[in-house]
Amino acid sequence: MTPALELDCRAMRCPLPIIELARHLHDVEVGEVVGVVTGDVAARVDVPAWCRMREQEYVGEDRAADGVARYLVRRLG
Amino acid sequence: MAPVSEPDPPPVDDRPSPVHLDAAAGRPLHPAAREVLDAALARGWADPRALHGPGRDARLLLENAREVLAGCLGLRRDEVWFAAGHTDAVRRGLLGLAAGRARVGAHVVHGAAEHAAVRFAARWWAEPRDARAREVPVDASGRVDTAALEAECRSGEVAVAAVQTANHEVGTVQPVGRAPLPEGVPLFLDAGASLGHLDLPGTHWSAAAGHATSWGGPPGIGLLLVRKGARWTNPFPGDPGPSDLDGALPDVAGALAAAAALRATLAERDEVAARQRRLVDRVRSALAAVPDVDVLGDPVDRLPHLLTFSCLYLEGERLVRALDAEGLGVASGSACTASTLEPSHVLAAMGALTHGNVRVSLGPEVDDAAVDRLLAVLPRVVAEQRAEVGL
Repeated sequence: MTPALELDCRAMRCPLPIIELARHLHDVEVGEVVGVVTGDVAARVDVPAWCRMREQEYVGEDRAADGVARYLVRRLG
Repeated sequence: MAPVSEPDPPPVDDRPSPVHLDAAAGRPLHPAAREVLDAALARGWADPRALHGPGRDARLLLENAREVLAGCLGLRRDEVWFAAGHTDAVRRGLLGLAAGRARVGAHVVHGAAEHAAVRFAARWWAEPRDARAREVPVDASGRVDTAALEAECRSGEVAVAAVQTANHEVGTVQPVGRAPLPEGVPLFLDAGASLGHLDLPGTHWSAAAGHATSWGGPPGIGLLLVRKGARWTNPFPGDPGPSDLDGALPDVAGALAAAAALRATLAERDEVAARQRRLVDRVRSALAAVPDVDVLGDPVDRLPHLLTFSCLYLEGERLVRALDAEGLGVASGSACTASTLEPSHVLAAMGALTHGNVRVSLGPEVDDAAVDRLLAVLPRVVAEQRAEVGL
């Protein structure tokens, strides 16, 4: 999947990747996907938890081109 | 020699006195324990195994402590053994059951939200024996999936299963001891979070662990509980049967103080637990009005004195420090507060937000005024820290 926007959070630790996600969700249209790229292990739990709390869709986890984990979120509203 | 000068008077501090809301991690000794401790230190200093007079005195006190603890827990005297603390009690309780089933297999089944002491012990036992520590999932409230637990017990070559009585981070009570596990798998209960707060299940468990700090006893007093008839074998060097501290010299005065604290705690429990439930409910409903806060754990079937929540966009450590500066002592299970970058495995297993996490646990002295202070400060601190990150 190619997200409409990829957030480079490689150098960030929790909760900064989630803050970036919240700041930039509205940079994409409803129905489009944001990818959060980070090596922070807490993001694997916190991105889905954020989606549940903020009523967005957690699409899943894949890898960015350099192999770093990428967490995909579809904007629902 | 310079004359000893009078110390300067302390600076005037007109802040309200600090409120301790981290009782689950440590709390002042119960007054009943303090009274007993002094007398027991004066009389119980000898090796209780010695045959002389002071030894007999120490032995008498130690056996008295064991009898009181057994009575409080609804157990026989010969089912109660002293341990060096919670971790020692967990290791010997869990692994003694595993050793007793070594001929059946070496897999250890446990809930995904168990205490780290259980998870480490399970792996330590299984991995060198080409077996596995198998985690059973928990739901969003932290409650273990009993159908999955039973399925794991049926999967073959399982030595032992471990489930806590209640979760130490979020308070959820576990559905344990209601029926025997399949295939004769013995159940180990980690009662470290619940002793003094909840009764042990009456039956369907083989060994358990707890510690006196959970009920206001002194630190360093663990309890290893081994049911009569359980197939328990010492997993460590030494005598094959259960013993106090695996043969080391027991802390006689500490044991007696722990027993006095438990007896006093149980005498007050109904009243204290009812107040704690009401206070935790107050915090839970107030937090429901704070935006983007995940209040965790079962709202009803829980430890009376404990509550955990996570605040979106905040760092647990900064939150704990800001509350401390306001005189409110709380704990956090967020990654940044522990010495590791790994978030709490309990929160992760529940799918709960792991950052901005706060655990509040009430001692018996916490009252409405303390909760008023927490509720006056917390929403402001959360809003301030969110404003700093622009959210």
